[in-house]
Amino acid sequence: MLGWIDTLLQGVLLGGLYSLYATGLSVIFGIMRLVNLAHGDLIVLAAFLILAAAAAGVPIVLAFAIVVPLMFVAGYALQSVLLNRALGRNILPPLLITFGLSIIVQNGLLESFSADSRRLHVGALESASLPLGGGIAVGLMPLLCLVSAIAVIILLNGVFYRTALGRAFRATSDDVEIAQLMGINNKSIYAVTMGIALAICAVAGLFLGARANFDPSIGPARLLYAFEAVIIGGLGSLWGTLAGGIVVGVAQTVGAHINPEWQILSGHVAFLIVLVIRPRGLFPRAVD
Amino acid sequence: MTVLETRELTAFYGDFQALFGISFALEEGETVAIIGANGAGKSTFLKAIAGLLPRPAAAVRLDGRDIGALPAFEIVKLGVALVPEGRRLFPSLSVEENLLVGAYGRRLDGPWSLAAIYRLFPVLEERRQAPSTTLSGGQQQMVAIGRSLMSNPRILLCDELSLGLAPIVIRDIYAALADIKARGTSVVLVEQDLVHAMSVADRAYCFMEGRVSLTGRPKDLTREAIHAAYFGL
Repeated sequence: MLGWIDTLLQGVLLGGLYSLYATGLSVIFGIMRLVNLAHGDLIVLAAFLILAAAAAGVPIVLAFAIVVPLMFVAGYALQSVLLNRALGRNILPPLLITFGLSIIVQNGLLESFSADSRRLHVGALESASLPLGGGIAVGLMPLLCLVSAIAVIILLNGVFYRTALGRAFRATSDDVEIAQLMGINNKSIYAVTMGIALAICAVAGLFLGARANFDPSIGPARLLYAFEAVIIGGLGSLWGTLAGGIVVGVAQTVGAHINPEWQILSGHVAFLIVLVIRPRGLFPRAVD
Repeated sequence: MTVLETRELTAFYGDFQALFGISFALEEGETVAIIGANGAGKSTFLKAIAGLLPRPAAAVRLDGRDIGALPAFEIVKLGVALVPEGRRLFPSLSVEENLLVGAYGRRLDGPWSLAAIYRLFPVLEERRQAPSTTLSGGQQQMVAIGRSLMSNPRILLCDELSLGLAPIVIRDIYAALADIKARGTSVVLVEQDLVHAMSVADRAYCFMEGRVSLTGRPKDLTREAIHAAYFGL
């Protein structure tokens, strides 16, 4: 019994990480209907950037604080220089660009950092845990990850629903032509969107690297988990994305608890089951 | 004084040419109606002015300055606002948010604010928190007009205000239009409803197949002339 409670708890915490993977993807798709196939690789890139800064002697917290705005700028530039030119009625060109970007990032990382498995070292926090009584304890790092995932969503919802800029984001998402009639430059909204998404990638990259090993090749699998979390949660809802991440996370830990070989598989199976029962996800946006 | 002018304005949808050289002028404070059959190019004309369609750079002039190369989000900042055909409210925004987003590109001072819009359309204040999709057609049209007014436009382009609305609602909308005009706003009115359009317009242009087929003051235009300009008979 205790084992099961622990398994569920670990699954929820793992879901926090998957939610961080997925939030950026959800924001990008929600606002510009763009599917970013390089999303997983950009998370890995952020982890390597933090690693590189740490290797140069920068404290990990400071390294993170540098990489977040750096990724924002990279996202802004990526969108305004490259992707905005490809956006249009046809969804294929931007899809192909991000596919190419994914290959470039993977190979660039392979060339610069080799295929070795790496890890971000966060000091005593790595092994610290919080006893919950009854023999159950949660690791501080996974807990911090889930808290960060929730904080990111609260922050984003605050921006989207409480500010003039957020109204402009939602208006652009609803009807890009009319949004321009309101004085909204949709291309600059898109650039800020990509910047925000990549800044979230940096947060995800920190926890990816601090929780487990990473190497240049693991991006596509993170992208898959992120996709599953977004689809399970329902397009357009950030809390849904968190729920989706938790569903995948719990399914994986439960699967692993039954048989360690089933971890990845059971996450995908849970995704398929949700698709069969609720094709639009658990919390689809009311208006579509 | 001429505030808005088009000279030999052309517009295309891909290879399809919708406007074949429209020359048009709007005086300060004037209301001009654009009438014509379906597909005559009336909405295209408004979209081309507002910057939603590509057009020759020198074909649209505001206060004597070429604005044909500017994108839509810059044109509204210069004081030209379009109330689009079919309302096109933002469905995920509330009534008040729809109005507020209209002020996003506001660069001009003027009479319009949230409070002024609510004075013009009191029913919107009652429904301010409601999702815009839950309003009646007439109320949605009020939001669409209010949303465009929030940028304090000097020129309001209105596309088919009466489309799909009950006669009594149309009367309310046109009463509001009189208030808007009274504040000095110049208005370009695209309408299929001839009677209403002619009752408020200082001048009218009739479009046929992307060209101006008739122009004049409503009182000078005979039924027969309008009929001929409408259908080319």
